Amino acid sequence: MSAHSHSSHGTMGKLMTGFGLSALLTVVPFAIVMGEFDLSREWAIGLIMGLGAVQIIVHLVYFLHLNSSNEGGWTLAATILAAVILLIVLAGSLWVMHNMNANMMPMSPGNMSEMSGGEAMPVQTHDASHGTDH
Amino acid sequence: MATEPALTAPETISPIFGRLTLDWIPYHEPILVGTFAGIVLGGIAVVALMTYFRLWVPLWRDWLTSVDHKKIGIMYMILGFVMFIRGFADALMMRAQQALAAGGSEGYLPPHHFDQVFTAHGVIMIFFVAMAFVTGIMNYVMPQQIGARDVAFPFLNNFSFWMTVAGALLVNVSLFIGEFARVGWLAFPPLSGSAFSHGPGVDYYLWSLQIAGVGTTLSGVNLIATIFKMRAKGMKLFDMPVFTWTTLCTNVLIVAAFPVLTATLTMLTLDRYLGFHFFTNDMGGNSMMYINLIWIWGHPEVYILILPIFGVFSEIVSTFSGKPLFGYKTMVWATACIMVLSFVVWLHHFFTMGSGANVNAFFGITTMIIAVPTGVKIFNWLFTMYKGRVRFEVPMLWTTGFIVTFTIGGMTGVLLAVPPVDFQLHNTLFLIAHFHNVIIGGVVFGVYAAVTFWWPKAFGFKLDDKWGRRSFWFWFVGFYFAFMPLYALGLMGVTRRLNAYMDQAWQIYFVVAAFGAVLIACGIACGFINFAYSIINRKKLACGPDPWDARTLEWATQSPPAPYNFPENIVVHGRDEWWRMKQNGFKWSTNYQPIHMPNSTSTGIVLAAGALVFGFAMVWYIWWLAAISLLGCIGYAIAHTFNYDRDHWIPASVVAATERKGEPA
Repeated sequence: MSAHSHSSHGTMGKLMTGFGLSALLTVVPFAIVMGEFDLSREWAIGLIMGLGAVQIIVHLVYFLHLNSSNEGGWTLAATILAAVILLIVLAGSLWVMHNMNANMMPMSPGNMSEMSGGEAMPVQTHDASHGTDH
Repeated sequence: MATEPALTAPETISPIFGRLTLDWIPYHEPILVGTFAGIVLGGIAVVALMTYFRLWVPLWRDWLTSVDHKKIGIMYMILGFVMFIRGFADALMMRAQQALAAGGSEGYLPPHHFDQVFTAHGVIMIFFVAMAFVTGIMNYVMPQQIGARDVAFPFLNNFSFWMTVAGALLVNVSLFIGEFARVGWLAFPPLSGSAFSHGPGVDYYLWSLQIAGVGTTLSGVNLIATIFKMRAKGMKLFDMPVFTWTTLCTNVLIVAAFPVLTATLTMLTLDRYLGFHFFTNDMGGNSMMYINLIWIWGHPEVYILILPIFGVFSEIVSTFSGKPLFGYKTMVWATACIMVLSFVVWLHHFFTMGSGANVNAFFGITTMIIAVPTGVKIFNWLFTMYKGRVRFEVPMLWTTGFIVTFTIGGMTGVLLAVPPVDFQLHNTLFLIAHFHNVIIGGVVFGVYAAVTFWWPKAFGFKLDDKWGRRSFWFWFVGFYFAFMPLYALGLMGVTRRLNAYMDQAWQIYFVVAAFGAVLIACGIACGFINFAYSIINRKKLACGPDPWDARTLEWATQSPPAPYNFPENIVVHGRDEWWRMKQNGFKWSTNYQPIHMPNSTSTGIVLAAGALVFGFAMVWYIWWLAAISLLGCIGYAIAHTFNYDRDHWIPASVVAATERKGEPA
């Protein structure tokens, strides 16, 4: 029982692992921006966002001591609910805003030619390809 | 914007008063001066009476600083009713204006004023009436239903309440100092951005909602922790009364959704104060993102309002039908489904903004799906009544009124969920009629039902039956008179928020709607007369601890409950525990133990007062005052953490004496 309560407050080793991981996850995005690697803009943004997501998980596990046994699993359940809602909000907003941009924003000639194929219903063709991969 | 008073030149900001000048005091507006005079006279009368009856000390000691969830719940209800008067006054002004301003007539409210009125009406009714009511009911009832002595964090509860009050006060300050926003209740940019709204109105809106939002979010955390950690021994999750279940789902929604509101309003605040470009038209901003984000909060919000009310009706229907609720588990699962689904329907608030067919179809279908669990609930209530011995007491009257009205409102909602229909009806009075149909028919009827149902619990006497029935019938009939014409007008294409209109054929509908609003005013008046009449005749209306022959644990204690609620710890064996206890001839053991209770504290009210000053200073750019009040709040909160004198024990002898006194005479 005492081991359990001890682990729920974290050990020095665990905290240091968390510290190391989060420091690493902070340094790498800075390096991506400052190092001027041969990365496309999309890849760089994607990579930084992905590392940010991992950073959140590291904080939850190592600093907030999230595991499947705390509080009879309710901590994990609450975190999963939060993650699902976060996913809905982020993915939904990207999807919605992307479609609105495609439909509403003034278009550059490049965009124009890209969309000219489906003039009657440009959205349909457009978001079928983009809606899923966001 | 041409009507902006005194602010055509670039404003000068004084180091002491910020941008607050005498020009911002609306002494030239007769309506406001009259209101102000009325409030001052009323205030003086209240102060004089309070002083005469020496009520200041008891008020401070027993109520304002109390951390008792029951007293905080009652104070939330009082806040709700006070703000309800303000919000309803706005409604009457709009109905009168629209009944008059036809065919070239301008009515009596200039656009500058009318726009503030409809904004204030929406903001007040949602944030400070409906939210105050449901939070109050949850606060009062839920801990008693689970056999708890208080909420998990009693001080936090007090603090949450006072932050809500501070937000409400800030809105009302705008009535007499400056102006309120003229942008609609959700303050869409770019209109609410600094380019188009440069007065203090939108800033009043932002800071009052942010301050109240702190209270709401913390109260959500508090009630979730209470349900998970403080249930009586033996009460499994599926033993909880349905109202407690709906409270749980509601507060999960609050905790999940309100941060979105906070973040969205913060971004708009940054746009307005520090020249950011989140939602501006230029520099890469996108105002459509604001609308997207605010409805991600906004749709869960309407379920935050209605879910607890579904719980209220569930308790009332099973009590007055003398039966366990039909389909308890389906009711719980329907609530949980609504909780999750409410996060995937937000786009139906802006079908017309241009997302295209795929997106609109997806959100149209999810919106229709969310009507299914709601329909399940309606059938559960009907089947609970079926073959029950239904007693048509006043709470049951409100419930049947609700079932009929809410079903109509739900169906017009499903209609609006069809995107092509929405393209015809968006922004018309059809939409206004729809959401008033569900909010009045749902939340308001539910609040009246809840107040009538739990009033004897809170005060030990029933509300008068005759005045209760009058209130119901005025409300019920008045509602149909006030809002059915708006459906018709909406189908004719009349848009919302019209200050004046040319087509005189519309006028008769607006006149009928105004007549309905007068009927509702009579209903509200009957409600208040009922409170007064019942308090005066409280000896005659006195009743025992369980006047309705109810089924859940809150009725096991004396009415009004002692500060500690339950004189001894109880063990729960199943659903409808109090009903089972009554069958077994339950009696308290009289072998009482000392009870551990939290102390009252004035910290909540002090911190909220600081927050109010901070909000006011931010609105008027009085930076020195903002800095002082913010630092003062933080310092005071930190100092409070060193206060270790937080609890006391109620001796067993006091418990025994209290319980003897509570015995029915």
